Amino acid sequence: MLQKLLHLTSRRTGRGLSSTALQGERICIVGAGPAGFYAAQLLLKQLENCRVDIVEKLPVPFGLVRFGVAPDHPEVKNVINTFTKTAEHPRLRFFGNVSLGKDISLSELRERYHAVLLTYGADQDRQLEVANEEQAHVISARKFVAWYNGLPGAENLQPDLSGRDVTIVGQGNVAVDVARMLLSPIDRLKVTDTTEYALEALSRSQVERVHLVGRRGPLQAAFTIKELREMLKLPNVKTQWRIQDFEGIAAQVDKLPRPRKRLTELMLKSLEEQKSSSDREKHFLPVFLRAPKQIEKSEMEFSVTELQQNSAVATDQTERLPAHLILRSIGYKSSQADKDINFDDRRGHVKNIDGRVLKSNGSDEVDAGLYVAGWLGTGPTGVILTTMNTAFAVAKTISEDIKNQIFDTKSIKPGLQVEELPQTVTWKHWQRIDSHEQKLGQAKGKPREKIVSIDEMLKVAGI
Amino acid sequence: LGIAVRQQQDVVSVTFVRANGDKIKASGKVGDSLLDVVVNNNVDLDGFGACEGTLTCSTCHLIFKTNDYEKLPDKPGDEELDMLDLAYELTDTSRLGCQITLSKDMDGLEVHVPATINDARAA
Ligand SMILES: Cc1cc2nc3c(=O)[nH]c(=O)nc-3n(C[C@H](O)[C@H](O)[C@H](O)COP(=O)(O)OP(=O)(O)OC[C@H]3O[C@@H](n4cnc5c(N)ncnc54)[C@H](O)[C@@H]3O)c2cc1C
Ligand code: FES
Repeated sequence: MLQKLLHLTSRRTGRGLSSTALQGERICIVGAGPAGFYAAQLLLKQLENCRVDIVEKLPVPFGLVRFGVAPDHPEVKNVINTFTKTAEHPRLRFFGNVSLGKDISLSELRERYHAVLLTYGADQDRQLEVANEEQAHVISARKFVAWYNGLPGAENLQPDLSGRDVTIVGQGNVAVDVARMLLSPIDRLKVTDTTEYALEALSRSQVERVHLVGRRGPLQAAFTIKELREMLKLPNVKTQWRIQDFEGIAAQVDKLPRPRKRLTELMLKSLEEQKSSSDREKHFLPVFLRAPKQIEKSEMEFSVTELQQNSAVATDQTERLPAHLILRSIGYKSSQADKDINFDDRRGHVKNIDGRVLKSNGSDEVDAGLYVAGWLGTGPTGVILTTMNTAFAVAKTISEDIKNQIFDTKSIKPGLQVEELPQTVTWKHWQRIDSHEQKLGQAKGKPREKIVSIDEMLKVAGI
Repeated sequence: LGIAVRQQQDVVSVTFVRANGDKIKASGKVGDSLLDVVVNNNVDLDGFGACEGTLTCSTCHLIFKTNDYEKLPDKPGDEELDMLDLAYELTDTSRLGCQITLSKDMDGLEVHVPATINDARAA
């Protein structure tokens, strides 16, 4: 990304500065995903005079709603309408194409705002930590998702879809999304906002069998029932379970809490029906109780596991699964965007208590005025609903801390100035990109055709 | 007059009870969903109806009194139950507001809004 011209140092102190600086709390939110927008929504409502600026690395907003959520789930993206309302609030400004840690530092933001809320999500993935993981036929599900969803920089992935078998390591919702994208009839995807290059590659795909491998058993399955039901309904795809994985499971169903019970019952019902179902073209193959051991060419070796108190322990036995392409889908993790962020490297999130970021001196002392929400604070789990609830809770905490004067909000703070950041994408600019994308899509019967190149985005925005 | 009376009969009043006990009165027309009632009356429930009634979010989770729950004409389908499984504070009388259509005999209905959607902590 271009290094933007900044004149921050010469304008450091906020006190008594520009005449545009008004009274009221100034809050900066870093990251325009669900956590950022939901927190902004509540802050604007609870603090009558506060002004909120959202700083976003990309020229386009919405985070994983745009770049994560599967293209064939457009309904999930309806949250964008609420986010847009928030963005159009007179006390909110959007600074797109401004990256924390590159274009601006955390210490600069903290000098310019009374409070800073970090919501920059999770943009890395966990590794399997097995030999040969760096080979070309092993790619992360995160990158694959970014590829079909048009995240800038992901367009050149070129996943090799020329083989019959894909093995996905991991069984969460992301893994199932990826399996569905690989097995869906192409005509279904053509009417979604899947990027054009991905549609083209998927239309030539030779993939017929997708193995979805988990370390633990059916009772610990990590996908939700909605995702599974969708797989079971996919035309021309047969879901095939392994009977041995389900030994003794039926007897336990009645003791399970409702969501787990319904999910297990659906798996058992599908297992029951698989005997009778006719041969279909493609196969979805969930495999339980296997832990990644070794990667080879066109194959992957797994340890057979045993459950001990709900965790999977590897035995000496192994099994090989065919794998022309291996997709690693065992979770996202966050990164440390700025050296001043108290970051837990091992767990991949910002150290905090209920959204209040801790000081980096190893104590449990809170760094007053600095907060974290969303996947960056909770770790990369849960759906938008989960993110919404935690972001609301953190926004409430901020409002309470402000009302209780836990940190200074009386001095005048300058905030950021658009003029200082010449390549800032404002909300108006985004709207141009948005309508351009929709127009491009319309011509092809798609809701939008995403622009993938940042330069192109800026050009369309008129910057 | 006839028209006025008929219109009145078509209006169904609904009360939303927040976790902290606050009651919000609203009204809708026969055929509206409970999500429509929240939206059309600007009922202040943060985050409610995120997916706009497309059965993909469960933010419109509402808890009914047993009596009212049993009287609802349609039982929840698989898709609604799937989404409810993700809802916080799921109860045996939980439904998704976007799937409940108002009928005349629902007039005076009182439904509870679970705490996690509309957190009462600060109130
Ligand atoms: C593949 C996938 C599919 C999913 N599907 C669903 C689904 O169908 N339904 C559902 O409910 N949930 C789904 N989720 C979960 C949902 O996307 C998350 O709960 C939610 O997006 C988390 O929000 P967030 O704001 O914490 O992070 P994000 O959405 O990741 O937002 C973070 C934002 O911060 C920006 N950022 C990053 N670094 C910087 C920086 N240095 N400076 C400034 N900005 C920065 C990013 O560009 C991004 O816009 C899915 C997740 C994934 C990964
Ligand atoms: S509004 Fe999303 S499920 Fe009802």
